[in-house]
Amino acid sequence: MNAITWMLLIPAAGGIVLALVPSPRLGGWINIAASSLGLAASSHLAVRVLAAGPIGGGQFYIDAFNVYLIVLTTLVGLTTAIFSRRYMIHELEIERVTPLRMRLYHASFQGFMFTMLLTLATNNLGVLWVSLEGATLATVLLVSLYRTPESVEAAWKYFILCGVGIAQALFGTVLLHFAAARVVPDPDQALLWSVLHEHSAALDPAVVAIAFIFLLVGYGTKVGLVPLHNWLPDAHSEGPTPMSAVLSGLLLNVALYAVVRVKMLTDGALAMGGEHDPQLAGGLMMGFGLISFLVAGLFLHRQRDIKRLFSYSSIEHMGLMTFAFGLGGPLATFGALLHMTVHSLTKSAIFVTVGHASQIAGTQKIDHIRGLIRTQPAVGWGLLIGTVAIAGFPPFGVFTSEFLLLTATMQTWPWLTLPLLTGLAIAFAGLFRHLHPMVFGALPQGQYPVAVNSLPVMLHLGLVLWLGLAIPTFLARWFDGATRLISGSGLL
Amino acid sequence: MAAYADLPVVEQAILTLAALVLVTSFALLAQSRVIATIHVFAWQGLLLAATTALVALDTGRSHLLISAALALGLKAMFIPWLLVRQARALGILREFDAVIRPGITLLAGGALVIFCYSVVLPVKQIAESITRDAMAVSLALVMIAMLMLVTRRKAITQVVAFMSLENGLFFAALTATHGMPMVVELGIAFDVLVAAVIFGIFFFHIRDSIETLDVEQLNRLSEIDE
Repeated sequence: MNAITWMLLIPAAGGIVLALVPSPRLGGWINIAASSLGLAASSHLAVRVLAAGPIGGGQFYIDAFNVYLIVLTTLVGLTTAIFSRRYMIHELEIERVTPLRMRLYHASFQGFMFTMLLTLATNNLGVLWVSLEGATLATVLLVSLYRTPESVEAAWKYFILCGVGIAQALFGTVLLHFAAARVVPDPDQALLWSVLHEHSAALDPAVVAIAFIFLLVGYGTKVGLVPLHNWLPDAHSEGPTPMSAVLSGLLLNVALYAVVRVKMLTDGALAMGGEHDPQLAGGLMMGFGLISFLVAGLFLHRQRDIKRLFSYSSIEHMGLMTFAFGLGGPLATFGALLHMTVHSLTKSAIFVTVGHASQIAGTQKIDHIRGLIRTQPAVGWGLLIGTVAIAGFPPFGVFTSEFLLLTATMQTWPWLTLPLLTGLAIAFAGLFRHLHPMVFGALPQGQYPVAVNSLPVMLHLGLVLWLGLAIPTFLARWFDGATRLISGSGLL
Repeated sequence: MAAYADLPVVEQAILTLAALVLVTSFALLAQSRVIATIHVFAWQGLLLAATTALVALDTGRSHLLISAALALGLKAMFIPWLLVRQARALGILREFDAVIRPGITLLAGGALVIFCYSVVLPVKQIAESITRDAMAVSLALVMIAMLMLVTRRKAITQVVAFMSLENGLFFAALTATHGMPMVVELGIAFDVLVAAVIFGIFFFHIRDSIETLDVEQLNRLSEIDE
């Protein structure tokens, strides 16, 4: 069997095994084991792709762009699984979940990893849709895991809004298939991305333009673009924290990946000009991205729930990435790829510490989380450094990628740097006005430390720091390869 | 474009079925009784299955017969059966889910159909075939289902709207490209099946948490906390 099969088989089998294992404690360990094997398989795949170029071309297609997301997905999956073992046992001990729900949780965790990896690895745009919808199905019961009225409401919103949103993407996929049917004679080949990309110049621009709008709205709902974002803060805040970490760190990235893949096709089809603006796809993405970035930054100021706060921060960063991919060009694309990586690492680290913080305080209300650094320095420092990193302070990687994005904007759309800088300042203020009292505020009585495993947070923040100080050569070349695929020319 | 009477009989039949599917869509929009809504939804599934079988026979694509069987089993039988069963278990089978301003809602539905035609008409690639009408109708099915979704308050009727939205997409794939590749068709059918089962679980969660299936009561979470 080849590496792709292994990579997909491990989480699928892991999910089935976990559904059958009754012990929650054993389940936690199996979850870690399956995630470690998944990371090993994806690293093996990455080494092969980096050495020999794209592989596949049938139902699967792996190039520099998706293989880096595959490695990132399995890495964050592993560290979240490590965090989730102790976290969920604590939830079990305080009786927020039952052993049966723990089984559902572990099985769904691996099921979600499977859908993420299938979405990334598949070459078939129809299968991509199916597995992205599958990701909703795998996680919707986890959002309502605690069965509180709020969590059921969040799950219902998540299900209906994401379902309806992503249905638009299926309509777009049908339209793409329709456009391709004229160009690609074999109907079974007509949805393969690599085939479509090869023939993109021959696709009917009118049909592709309509298809792209449907696809952007559909997958954009999953990315959390304003005004399609309403489900996101609810779903990310009401479920168990490890789920928030993977939803914010992975699902949003994968949905954006889908948008970028179809943008590449659309750009090819509209490049001839004619009555259609060749910048249609990029322009739409820039607009949606900028609005999301600004609106989410403002919403940060009015949050009272710590997980909702960081969910809005995710919307803000996804908006920035969408804007950057829309901008196009090698510099912006390189910056966006780097930003995807560092945001994913930082945000999942933040959600891990937020999980610990809310276990210490016994609530998610920002007003009641106080004096973390005195109760448990590891959690307090983790939250502080994580937030400093996500707000874009040097020397962390988020600063590097945002700096690249600003430079790229200045080159092509100079006047847009103004809203970008304003947005960054608004978001910074929104985060820090809440962060400061939580970390340094007066220590409430009777607050005790909880058992934590600091490895995931330290590893993630360490990587983000490393990427901010010096991107290793092999990684830079890797990003450059992906940039060349997306924007046509490299940076290095 | 050729007049309706000049078309081959099969194409006439397909267009007629498309019109009937659109009629069921309007019926869903205006129907307020829970049981009747589910019945209309089952009829829509049956019409879709019939259209699929007809296209399969017309084009000679045997894999469409599998799609037709899937549509019949899933959309015309299994999902309606599941919904009726759950509505009975929840004791809401005979209840009403009053449509907000039915007249205006139906007029809005009509406006959506016109809008969908105006989206599809400029596309040159489909100017010469019945595909144009069928595409406009399928887009209208999607839009009307979305309108139904926002005008309903009960979780169960919202699910019917959601599933009817999926019917519209199925119809689009059928008429535009004679169906998707088999692996995609199967994947979508699997997703729909799982979604139907999860929705079923959700009805009980919603009732247990807010003691009603009225989703207007799901209003605890808001964008900003006051």
